Amino acid sequence: MPAPGAILLVAVVLIVLALVYHLVLTIVALRRIVAALDETIAAVGEIVAKSGPVNDVVLTINAHLGAGVSALEGLLVKKAGMRDALGLVEGVYPGASAAGFRDFPDSTTTKAPRISEVYTRGVLTLARLGREAPIAAASPDGPAVRNATRSAKSAMDLYPDVRHTRPEKLPRSPVIGTDSPVQYPEGVL
Amino acid sequence: MTLYWIGSLALLLVVLPIVVLLLNGVLVEARAIVPTVEHIAQVARAGSADLDAAPLLLTTQDQAIKTIENVAAYGGSLDVILDDATQGS
Repeated sequence: MPAPGAILLVAVVLIVLALVYHLVLTIVALRRIVAALDETIAAVGEIVAKSGPVNDVVLTINAHLGAGVSALEGLLVKKAGMRDALGLVEGVYPGASAAGFRDFPDSTTTKAPRISEVYTRGVLTLARLGREAPIAAASPDGPAVRNATRSAKSAMDLYPDVRHTRPEKLPRSPVIGTDSPVQYPEGVL
Repeated sequence: MTLYWIGSLALLLVVLPIVVLLLNGVLVEARAIVPTVEHIAQVARAGSADLDAAPLLLTTQDQAIKTIENVAAYGGSLDVILDDATQGS
């Protein structure tokens, strides 16, 4: 065999071997890819099937919870009035009154009284629950909580700056009695 | 004869390296895809497993409805028991 023929034969054999080696490894890799994609498609199908009814269920839950919130907000506004209701919400959840009540557009513009500055959150909650709360129980005249003249506003009138932002200007403790300089309405204290 | 030599050498020194280079490039890219696809399959399986609790939303829905019904009943009682707010309060 002439030398060029041998070189040609060797070259062809090497090319065929390189083709076989690389193509076989490529086929193996592609088979692994196909197997992984089959698993992925099956898992994605499960995800689609499982998450299909989630949207409707969540929307239903949200609708019921929204109706409950609207009913409770309406009851709170009806019983406490818009200002005190906002003050209660602000006292329990500071900053929440800015959002207002969802069914009362004017609640966003109503200024919430600073009820929580006079009463602690626990007392405030108990007071709003009914006439037997500690605040009302101390009043011999019955329902003091929802009486505008004897509610939190009276205490705020006594100490208008209860945050003590200006300690040097805080008034002295109120003097009570018939000879006190400031005569408060009967029943306020 | 000279052309025969040139053709043989060209096949051995030019065509063979090019074929090997191209095939190696295809193999490297195919092998690079494998771990990525297997990772995607693993994540998809994990995502499917995470949604196994989705049917419990039906229980949550029932509980939410019952809770709202109880709250409505309680609110109705409060509406009867408590006085309404005075005007201007």
